[in-house]
Amino acid sequence: MIFLFYFLSAIMIISALLVVLSRSPINSVIFLIICFIAMAGHYILLNAQFLAVVHIIVYTGAIMVLFLFVIMLLNLNKANIPQKTSLTRIAAVVTAGLFFLVILAATRHTFEFHARYAFNSNIGLVSDVGKVLFHEFLLPFEISSILFISSMIGAVMFGKRDVKEL
Amino acid sequence: MKEITSAIQLIPLEHYILLSVALFSIGLLGVLFRRNTIIILMCIELMFNSVNLLLTAFSAYHSDPAAQVFVFFIMIVAAAEVAVGLSILVMMKRNVDSVDINLLNRLKW
Repeated sequence: MIFLFYFLSAIMIISALLVVLSRSPINSVIFLIICFIAMAGHYILLNAQFLAVVHIIVYTGAIMVLFLFVIMLLNLNKANIPQKTSLTRIAAVVTAGLFFLVILAATRHTFEFHARYAFNSNIGLVSDVGKVLFHEFLLPFEISSILFISSMIGAVMFGKRDVKEL
Repeated sequence: MKEITSAIQLIPLEHYILLSVALFSIGLLGVLFRRNTIIILMCIELMFNSVNLLLTAFSAYHSDPAAQVFVFFIMIVAAAEVAVGLSILVMMKRNVDSVDINLLNRLKW
């Protein structure tokens, strides 16, 4: 089981790097899907079953398909976009590496872990998450529907060629 | 299922922090490294997901289900963000016939 953690982590890191480095956007999307499926495996390892299912449905099912649709409809796969200059790319790598080191050093030994509650392996099941969601977080849950409908209206307005056509 | 939940306690929390920070840095690298707008959007998704994974790990180690609800909300916001971002991308492709992020450099000042 511990082997599984490191196996999934290696898959995630490698596919995430390939997302950044691969030439065509289609390959990037495929590697991102692999990365997300490995992440669903991590959720299952953490016994967060509700999140694992929602992650598969929302990310791999909806968002990645949306990306693929846009790439195919706009024919972006052959888009000849020049690379950044090598100076900018070296600067990007150095920046990301320094960010990694700084955050890691900041979180390394600054706190000691004391579990807040007694260990309970059932917190990620649908019934427990649902109870918390619909008792303590009911108002944010309802407000998020407003966010959704406003983003949907915004996307449709952007998609229109001209607002006067309405 | 019993084996999985007991095996979790053998993995130190630091390894989840390491994994999440590495994924977040890779996402940051992609945003700075590439000029294709659609890949920049994908790297933003990657950064969202690394944060989600870390929140879930903290939630499992502290046995507090509230963090998993937060992850659910982050997923909702990410879905809305992707819809708007991709429609902006479609509009950009239609207006300037390219998805090069450098064409939008006048947004910087």
